[in-house]
Parts: sequence; C-alpha cells; structure tokens
Amino acid sequence: MKKDSTRAGFGRGLAKLGEKNKNVYALTADLGGSTNLTSFKKEFPERFVQVGVAEQNLVTVASGLAHIGKIPFATTFAVFSPGRTWEQIRTTICYNNQPVKICSTHSGLGVGEDGATHQMLEDLALMRSLPNMTVIQPCDGLEAEKAVEKIANHEKPVYFRLNRQKTSLLTNKKSSFEIGKANILKKGEHITLIGIGPVLVESLEAAKELEEEGLSVEVINMHTLKPLDKKTILKSINKTDLVITVEDHQVTGGLGSSVAEFLSQVKPTPMKMLGVEDTFGESGSFEELYDKYGLSKDKIKKSIKKFVEEA
Amino acid sequence: MKKKDLTKKCKDIRIKLLKTLNKAGSGHTAGPLGMTEVFTFLYNDFLKINPKKPKDPKRDYLILSNGHICPIQYVVMSDKGFFPEKELYTLRKLNSRLQGHPHREALPGLETTSGPLGSGLSQACGIALGLKRDNKKNKVVCLTSDGEHEEGNTWEAILFAAKYDLNNLIQIIDRNNIQIDGYTEDIMPLNSLSEKYKSFNWNVIEIDGNNIKQIEKALINADKKKTKPTVIIANTVPGKGVSFMENKYEWHGKVPNDEELKKALEELK
Repeated sequence: MKKDSTRAGFGRGLAKLGEKNKNVYALTADLGGSTNLTSFKKEFPERFVQVGVAEQNLVTVASGLAHIGKIPFATTFAVFSPGRTWEQIRTTICYNNQPVKICSTHSGLGVGEDGATHQMLEDLALMRSLPNMTVIQPCDGLEAEKAVEKIANHEKPVYFRLNRQKTSLLTNKKSSFEIGKANILKKGEHITLIGIGPVLVESLEAAKELEEEGLSVEVINMHTLKPLDKKTILKSINKTDLVITVEDHQVTGGLGSSVAEFLSQVKPTPMKMLGVEDTFGESGSFEELYDKYGLSKDKIKKSIKKFVEEA
Repeated sequence: MKKKDLTKKCKDIRIKLLKTLNKAGSGHTAGPLGMTEVFTFLYNDFLKINPKKPKDPKRDYLILSNGHICPIQYVVMSDKGFFPEKELYTLRKLNSRLQGHPHREALPGLETTSGPLGSGLSQACGIALGLKRDNKKNKVVCLTSDGEHEEGNTWEAILFAAKYDLNNLIQIIDRNNIQIDGYTEDIMPLNSLSEKYKSFNWNVIEIDGNNIKQIEKALINADKKKTKPTVIIANTVPGKGVSFMENKYEWHGKVPNDEELKKALEELK
C-alpha cells in the first residue's frame, strides 16, 4: 500500500498554490528541507524567506508580511513553534488578527527516534486555547495537500499540525476537505471513535477488525479541532451513546478534552480518551512508540473492547 | 511645519498627555514624555499618512514595538485628526478604543498590536521585506526601546534586517537608560548600542532625541541611505519637560495624581 507523510503532502500543496497565488510566502527557521519547502524555494525564491534558527522571528516576520496582504506559511518543527513562539503567536498573530499560517511538522510521538525533546505533545492545547485561531491536523498526505489552499483562503490565523512519519492513505482524490467539517471514515452503530491525524490509520484498522468480531465502530476524522464539528459528533453520539477519542498528543487539552468540553455540557456521554497520559515520549520507531503508549491498532482495539465491556 | 511651531506643538502635546495619563489613573509617563518630539515630528513632518485613509496602500508604516508608551502616540494621532480629542480621556477605560496597550483592530491608524516587548522590529522587518520585494516605495519606521534590547527576539530581527538589506526600514530606539525596575545599565548593561549595531551591519545615527533639528536631520539622512537598514539611536530624557520626573525610573510605570499634574502643568506653561 502507498504510504505518504502529511508534511510531504503539505510541501506539494504549497508548491502548487505558489503558482496560483502570488501572495503566498513560505518561511522557515533552518528546517526548509524537513518541512518540505524545497520545491517552493526552487520555484519561487522571491517568496521564500530563510530566517535562520530564530523561531520567534519566524512568526513575527510572518505577522508583518500578513499585514501587507501576503499569505505567509511559517514552517518549522512543532516543538519550536508553537513550542517556543506561543506568546508571539498570541499577541502578534491571534490578537492582532493576522492570517498567518503556522505550519509545524514533526508533531507527536510519530517523530520517533529523535526522542522526547522533539516530540511535541502539547501543541493542540496551546493553539486551540487562542481566540481567532483555527486548528487543523490532516490524517494523510493527500488530505494535507488538499488542505493547503483552503487554509490560504481562510482569512484567519491557522495552526496546521503535520507529521514526519509516512502512513497509509485514508482519503482519496475525491474525498472532500472543508475546514470545520469532519469526515466519517467508517459508519458504525455501537460506539463512536473520534480521531485526529495519522493515528487514524491505526484507529480505522482496529475498527475494521472489531467489525468482524461483531462490534460496530463509527470512525470520525476530526481534521479540524477548532472550530469543532459539533453537529457531526452529536449525530453519531445520538446513535451510539459511547465515545472514544484517539490522538497523538497529551490527553490534556487536545481532541479528547475538546470533545469532553462539548459533550459534558449538552449530552453527557460515557467517554474514553486515548493519548499520551501526562508523560514525555522517548526514542524508538514510531510504530514501537505507538504500541508502548497505547496508540497502535492492537492497543486501540483492546481499549475499545474493554471500554465497551465496562460501559 | 516650522521648527518654532513644532516646538510649541510639543508643549501642547505634553500638556494633553499629562492630563490624559492623570485621567487614565494608571500607565506610563516617562517614556511618552521623552518621545514627544520624535512622535510629533514623525506624524507632522515625515510620515506619509492620512487620518482619513488609514489603510491607504501608499502610506508609510509606523510600528510601535514598545507598546506601553502608546499614550504619546494616541495624543499625537488625535492632534493629527485620527479621532476627537475628548476620546483621549477614555484611555484604559471599559469599551474604549484606546486600549492600555495598543490594539490594531481597536483603532484605525494603528499598524499593530503590541505590549509584550521585543516583537515589533520583526514585524517591521516582515513589512519592509514584502514591500521591498514588490518594489514599493513606502517607508517603514519602527520605534523600539532600549530595554527591549534585552529580548532575544530583537536581536533575531537585527540580524534579519541586515541579511535582507532592508534599506526601507528605519528603527528609532528610545535610549532613555531606564526600565521598570531601574537603570538599564544596572538591570542588564547594554553598553554602546551604536557599536553593537555597527557590527551587525546597520547604518547608525546617534542623536539627541529631544532635539527636533537633530531628529529631522537624522531622518533625512536615514532616508537617503540606500544599502542598509538604519538605526537612529535617540538619546532622550525620560520624563522630559517635568523637572521632578526627568531621569527618574520611578516614573516609568506610574502616572501623575491630581497634585502632581497641577505642579507639572505649571512647569509646562
């Protein structure tokens, strides 16, 4: 099966958009190769900006560019931005309401061997708490590629969370991508699984195996964490009355929290949240890490079964 | 505007500023008083800006990085016709367009939102780079403080401006030697900013920032330099114009009460 990374999809999408929209700028803090800006840089050197290892400058220069009508995509690793740049993003981009696109690769345990210093697990929490910010994490390379143009046309600040690892495709060329509109990857009757990012590959495989065992899991790709697609969640919960969330992120403050904040106020529903539980990651292959931290197909399957039995 | 008229205007501006600060009840006094000449000159004699068309794409850009001195910008803007004078007395009050630290979306004419130090020069760099690459002639002026040269973000921007030869960028540093906890050279010695900027490959002009003639000459020279970004190190007297406020860091972050206001206005008459 063909594998792809969301960062590669992002790079393709941006190079394509650069041709179409002359206001698009791409910036990097000495990681342009890793954030897949190579094609953009080659094709549009006059709209490429290298700021050196200076992430605070990366996002604030982007804010300035946005002020004169450019559409800046500010790229680096998630641990550096928004990790190191949160206040600059808050003041000069969100409060200042400049449509900068913070595009951060190497998020989550999916980074693998580089270890915990480089595995950003808190960024969704940091970004979704900011007013004016839209938060998106695509589930595969194709979805990432498609999202780039929608993000550029979205006249608001956006946090675009991307991954290093290559994973199987969950969408195809015809799949729709609309900001704020979740996609159902698999219909089901007994329990709703809401996931974000490439960890949905593991989730969907788990759901397919459970189907054969007689447990019907509905799988929702919540690519837009903010604004949350409440309608799609409610529609599914009204059917299943059980919800499990899956994310390559701390369970605090990310997707699970977001769904819980919503459901607890309108339709309290028994809930299980899968993600990293208040700990740092470590070195290892991403597959090994996903298994150790409960995000592999087998571990997700086990968690779903246990949750359904106990509920 | 004639120098004589500008000098008179600065006096009026200072009076309005002190009344505004007194009414606000909190805020910063020393910095705004020290930067009165710079703001007055920029708005009246240097920047191409039109209060009726604050978003004119042909305008010059003024980025205030050290947002806490915004009261002086508000007073000068109001004087220039951006908004009615009486609105000055809403500073820091609920529902006011004059936020305690400037917010771009609250008041037409502001180019950014600032307060947290060290991020304004980078934004000015982004504006200047985009304009330069589009061959636009707009000028970009960024006002910073000496204290915010303790922020790493500022130095990232200084490197950047030199790398991209941002010759359409003029930075004016309010070198008043004070910050909130004391004198800059005690808190974190900055030593010679002039030497530092020279070695970072900027054009450097050092002036008395309370002298209108010198401000004018520096800006004209800065505008002529066509290869590098320019920094004007404006040595100012914090609290300028009011004897009991001058050079006192205690006046960085407080405003005059009624009695102090009365005393100050008597001196300015």
